[in-house]
Amino acid sequence: MGQAKGRPISLGTQLEKSLTGIKGLDEVTKGGLPKGRPTLVCGGAGSGKTLLAAEFLVRGALQFGEPGVFMSFEETSNELTKNVVSLGFKLDDLVAQKKISLDYVQIDRSEIEETGEYDLEGLFIRLEHAIASVGAKRVVLDTIETLFSGIPNPAVVRAELKRLFQWLKNKGMTTIITGEQGEKTFTRHGLEEYVSDCVIFLDHRISEQVSTRRIRVVKYRGSAHDTNEFPFLIDEKGITVMPITSLGMRHKVTNKRVSTGIPRLDAMLGGKGYYRGSSVLISGSAGTGKTSFVAHFADAVCRRGERCLYFAFEESESQVMRNMLSIGIDLEQWVKKGLLKYHADRPTIYGLETHLSVMQKMINEFKPAAVIVDPVSNLNAVANNSNIKLMLSRLLDQLKLDRVTTVLTMLTQGSPTTESTDIDISSLADTWIRLRDTEFGGERNRGMYILKSRGMAHSNQIREFVLTDKGVNLLVIQLNLERKRKAMEAQIADIRAEFKTEEAEVKKFIRQEKLRQQKVSQDREAMAQIRKAD
Amino acid sequence: MVTKTKRLKKNRGESEGGVKTWELRLYVAGQTSKSMAAFSNLKKLCEEHLQGQYRIEVIDLLENPALAKGDQIFAIPTLVRKLPEPIKKIIGDLSNKERVLVGLNLIPTA
Repeated sequence: MGQAKGRPISLGTQLEKSLTGIKGLDEVTKGGLPKGRPTLVCGGAGSGKTLLAAEFLVRGALQFGEPGVFMSFEETSNELTKNVVSLGFKLDDLVAQKKISLDYVQIDRSEIEETGEYDLEGLFIRLEHAIASVGAKRVVLDTIETLFSGIPNPAVVRAELKRLFQWLKNKGMTTIITGEQGEKTFTRHGLEEYVSDCVIFLDHRISEQVSTRRIRVVKYRGSAHDTNEFPFLIDEKGITVMPITSLGMRHKVTNKRVSTGIPRLDAMLGGKGYYRGSSVLISGSAGTGKTSFVAHFADAVCRRGERCLYFAFEESESQVMRNMLSIGIDLEQWVKKGLLKYHADRPTIYGLETHLSVMQKMINEFKPAAVIVDPVSNLNAVANNSNIKLMLSRLLDQLKLDRVTTVLTMLTQGSPTTESTDIDISSLADTWIRLRDTEFGGERNRGMYILKSRGMAHSNQIREFVLTDKGVNLLVIQLNLERKRKAMEAQIADIRAEFKTEEAEVKKFIRQEKLRQQKVSQDREAMAQIRKAD
Repeated sequence: MVTKTKRLKKNRGESEGGVKTWELRLYVAGQTSKSMAAFSNLKKLCEEHLQGQYRIEVIDLLENPALAKGDQIFAIPTLVRKLPEPIKKIIGDLSNKERVLVGLNLIPTA
């Protein structure tokens, strides 16, 4: 992304591009917008066109040394300034520094009387004046379709627009023109006919009561571009486009290990713990202790001075802190030191893509060495399983590239024997730990075992553990035989007890049957006597 | 004809009895045929309907581009009636007399 000053990307005879400075957009367009040419940004109401155009201009002035002109047909300069403050941009300052010129063109249909021939030279003059006053290289026209509704003669408008775009091209202005989405065309008045160099479409969709924003480069003449739709966010730092397509599996692996936070568990994992940069899945039914395991891991990461990012979809920060404190893990100290960052959201608050975008954004900003998602199964509320799997694989691709160790927890349905998970993401995990409660001799005991751990020798034992006030404690392994004997004895006792009850029942049944038989033969005799048989 | 002000007036300052001095501003962009046509049409019209109680100011935006913003000019030529209020805007070369009169809210005499 652009840090240097307005360095255009020109590859021989290829189109020169102008970096926008908007996160992710330069990647999607492979270098920015076409330099010195107009780009059409269209979309429905509230899709973010004005904000995108404004950010393009502001970043041009701040980061690339390209002053700009914002010619607005809908909002006054004051309204626009206020609007854009929400993105963290102070237009006032930029205007005062003569880096941006704002011009509001008011076209009121009721005020205008057409009395003969005219042209729109007035616009040209204003634009020229504004460009000259700041030495502009970027121009925004927002939204030029207002001309159609304001000016009675559409033929004049069309002719003048054509002239305007040519004029802007001649002046070498990189322009963004915004347009309202039309019924069947991209823009209501067919601006795409004139602005054919680059067309970007902003979509604002609501599905299942959750809104998602998407951006798509519909057309980019003279340049390869990504044609997919990408989700984007608008927040107090501006617009962020998340160009997360499959990053492929090009990540390099390391042999380094990180501790799980539980020494005996490290021992079970080939003696050292998880591989750094690997993905770990901890699954189990409700109440089996997944969060506790994860808390140990977070604690270990922070203790080493590394940063950990904890995404929670179930419990709030204070709840987890309190609960973990009860088993002796103080996570709050790491939060205070800035090593642990906790982010809790209900899954239903956004769509899946927005979740992914938000997570990506936080990861890029916080740059953690470890990421925890607890639990991923809650995302069921907003998406179906295959989409969740897709989202997670994209997330993991990115994290693996950055050598971030990821731990995911998942709630399973509680059947103690099946080893399939609801969302079949077990294949995404390099290490899979299953927590399982067992009922045995009138007790419910906690157990865990390592189902798989790629690339290392791992223990195959089902290990019992307890949650003490000093954390998770994996119990010392008893000899297998001893346990088996105990188990067998208990089983035998159970079976015997069952047998006894059954025996009693059967005996009772036999007695009843005998009685019945007796009764039947008695009845028969009685009948015979009455009939005087033999 | 890049003049700034032309004062052709009589009975200046009379406001009682409904006679006002009309202040009209004509925005042009250099000497184009449209601009010149607009100016001559305007003069004719004013003489006919305002009998000298008017003041025409011709503003050439090529010389003073900054002035376009103030009166919100986008079309050329544009005639702005500054007085009497409210402000009225007319675009075009003023060749359509009826429309001009409607636009300026001038009841044609006779």
